[in-house]
Amino acid sequence: MQLEKFSYDNEIVRKFTIATTVWGLVGMLVGLIIATQLFVPALNLNIPFLTFGRIRPLHTNAVIFAFVGNAIFMGIYYSLQRLCKARMFSDLLSNIHFWGWQLIIVAAAITLPLGITTSKEYAELEWPIDIMIAVVWIAFGINMFGTIIKRREKHMYVAIWFYIATWVTVTVLHVVNSIELPVSLLKSYPIYAGVQDALVQWWYGHNAVAFFLTTPYLGLMYYFLPKAANRPVYSYKLSILHFWTLVFIYIWAGPHHLLYSALPDWAQSLGTVFSIMLIAPSWGGMINGLLTLRGAWDRVRENPILKFMVVAVTAYGMATFEGPTLSLKSVNAIAHFTDWIIAHVHVGALGWNGFLTFGILYWLVPKLWKTNLYSKKLANFHFWIGFLGIVFYAFSMWFSGITQSLMWKQFTPLGVLQYPNFLETVLQIVPMYIIRMIGGSLYFVGVIVMVYNLFKTAKQGSFAKEETAEAPALEKFKDPLMRGVIHRFLEGKPALFIFLTLITVLVASVFEFVPMFLIKSNIPTIASVKPYTPLELQGRDIYIREACNSCHSQLVRPFRSETERYGEYSKAGEFVYDHPFLWGSKRTGPDLHRIGGKYPNLWHYLHMENPTSMSPGSLMPSYPWLHTNDLNITSTESKINAMRSLGVPYPEGYEKIANDDLQMQAEQIATDLQNAGAHAEPNKEIIALIAYLQRLGTDIKAKSNMTEQAGN
Amino acid sequence: MFKEVLQSIEGVEFYTIVSMIIFILFFIGMTIWLLKVDKKYIKDMSELPLKENENEFSNLTGGTK
Repeated sequence: MQLEKFSYDNEIVRKFTIATTVWGLVGMLVGLIIATQLFVPALNLNIPFLTFGRIRPLHTNAVIFAFVGNAIFMGIYYSLQRLCKARMFSDLLSNIHFWGWQLIIVAAAITLPLGITTSKEYAELEWPIDIMIAVVWIAFGINMFGTIIKRREKHMYVAIWFYIATWVTVTVLHVVNSIELPVSLLKSYPIYAGVQDALVQWWYGHNAVAFFLTTPYLGLMYYFLPKAANRPVYSYKLSILHFWTLVFIYIWAGPHHLLYSALPDWAQSLGTVFSIMLIAPSWGGMINGLLTLRGAWDRVRENPILKFMVVAVTAYGMATFEGPTLSLKSVNAIAHFTDWIIAHVHVGALGWNGFLTFGILYWLVPKLWKTNLYSKKLANFHFWIGFLGIVFYAFSMWFSGITQSLMWKQFTPLGVLQYPNFLETVLQIVPMYIIRMIGGSLYFVGVIVMVYNLFKTAKQGSFAKEETAEAPALEKFKDPLMRGVIHRFLEGKPALFIFLTLITVLVASVFEFVPMFLIKSNIPTIASVKPYTPLELQGRDIYIREACNSCHSQLVRPFRSETERYGEYSKAGEFVYDHPFLWGSKRTGPDLHRIGGKYPNLWHYLHMENPTSMSPGSLMPSYPWLHTNDLNITSTESKINAMRSLGVPYPEGYEKIANDDLQMQAEQIATDLQNAGAHAEPNKEIIALIAYLQRLGTDIKAKSNMTEQAGN
Repeated sequence: MFKEVLQSIEGVEFYTIVSMIIFILFFIGMTIWLLKVDKKYIKDMSELPLKENENEFSNLTGGTK
């Protein structure tokens, strides 16, 4: 048979390798800074760009999309070429993908500290960047499918299916979750409101974890673990079975992020049931990974690469057991809004994603630079210090989360809250925050050592951009009626494969969304709930800019411990004008849904300037710039217009006079503050924020007016 | 609650049942296939990543230091 000569593009793999390590360092460093800020709030230096709320999304975006993202592309560009026995489809697309992705990361690193954010977790980037992401993602898709189509290997190895599922699903997720109405060049509102927005967001958030942090990494595991262990995967049959089960079930589980929320009960139960079912395919992957090493455990002792991979796969197994456990309502009641969730995601991020990436890097860099690893000792050191870091991190956060949650729920024998002051429960866990920071530092030191080790490895080797290879051309696939019809048939037809994956994902999504969007009774309307005033709307956008929702929820769950502490539990109908919803996912500080009217304006004024003046010992950073920045009211008109076109009932023509109302309300608040002795000016941002905070959750307090139009 | 909501969509049972049936059949079909599939094919597939041009440098022997 005629052998065709071609070459693999190693240059693009090298680029993604370097980007992985560089952004890994940056993302983890920002993580360390925010971890420290949680017990040294002054570390924001009173600079808006360094404040927790703004750089927390910088950390999450950097580690997910910059570190893990580049690592995915590094692994895919290396393995796909070899599994397809073909060079990447287009060098130009490879480079557009690489540089485009880095540009997006830089854009994120600039806009997030500036407070330009949609407030949606893991989708904070504003609409122009969303469009860039879509363009680059499509370039990647064309490049990947082009390579698959022109492959010289008849069969598509299981790793490639995971890559395809990743691409297809992330495309759907990104498009649906990013449908937003631009208000200005750097500001947009989502078209969904309240409960529906929450459902879409967590459908996205959950599946971003599934299809950005999990499926591509399973693909990488199926390629690099056999390579590193030099033996085939334990059960190829299991890999087929767990692939389809995983893709089918994952999509349904999103609502488990919204248990006990204002989301209808049926959707919550759906999330729980599918989360429990997810254990099976997840553990299918873990078992397959671990058993690949059966009979080779002696090598694990010797080989740091395998050590990293074993811990990664084990962490995957732990996280995917913990996840379903957390989605049981009774467990969720304790864990939600606490550091337990932080522990959970970091077992996944530090263990599964981090350690698998490190294992791949230690394997790949010597391969690319045609040399041996510079130092096995340093790699072993990295392994142990990183492992210790994860242990410190996870245990401190588990401990912290459970402690705080139990304190929130503790009643005295007389039936009143034992810790009515939220701050008490925060101060209790400060030692855990310090231990977490130490854990993170250990992990970070390990990464620095790795970068040094890899740098020295590259330096002693010689990198070749092109790697020549040869393989026979692919024969036409002509026997679809032989044994193994279904799968071999699919495998021979990547387009059909893509289509089936897409259908699987869409069926589940539609099933979840349609009832929520079409059926009115899912969101009982409350007559007394009115749109925000212009000043409140501006204040709400400052709340979003400072990402107050990073640390404060706006969702009182229907527990006695919460209604005692915060007030009436949150109803779906209260959020119908919230584009976006701001329920939050973590209570580093107390819930704010019923904050309106709880304190006088002056309290907020002084508290935002220096939180410890009102709550001695508070860990909230100061926001002094809100008192000096002028409120930008030129945007009011376009904001009112945007809200109206999203269905918020502002009267026609109101946008023209909205600023008059805004100024009147600002004057009132400023006068009240001045009467209380503060030197408040009506045109400052703080006034708008106070207006918003004082409005929060007050609509239903006017009980006499309240009429539930539809029962729940 | 679940039932009430869904019943208010016209013919909703039809869609859910059909989609469920499709996936159950798909899984049953796949399982049957997995049980009957040619062992050699599975073996070949699982060895795909290892069947590259193995003139590459091996780094499994570990570091130089």
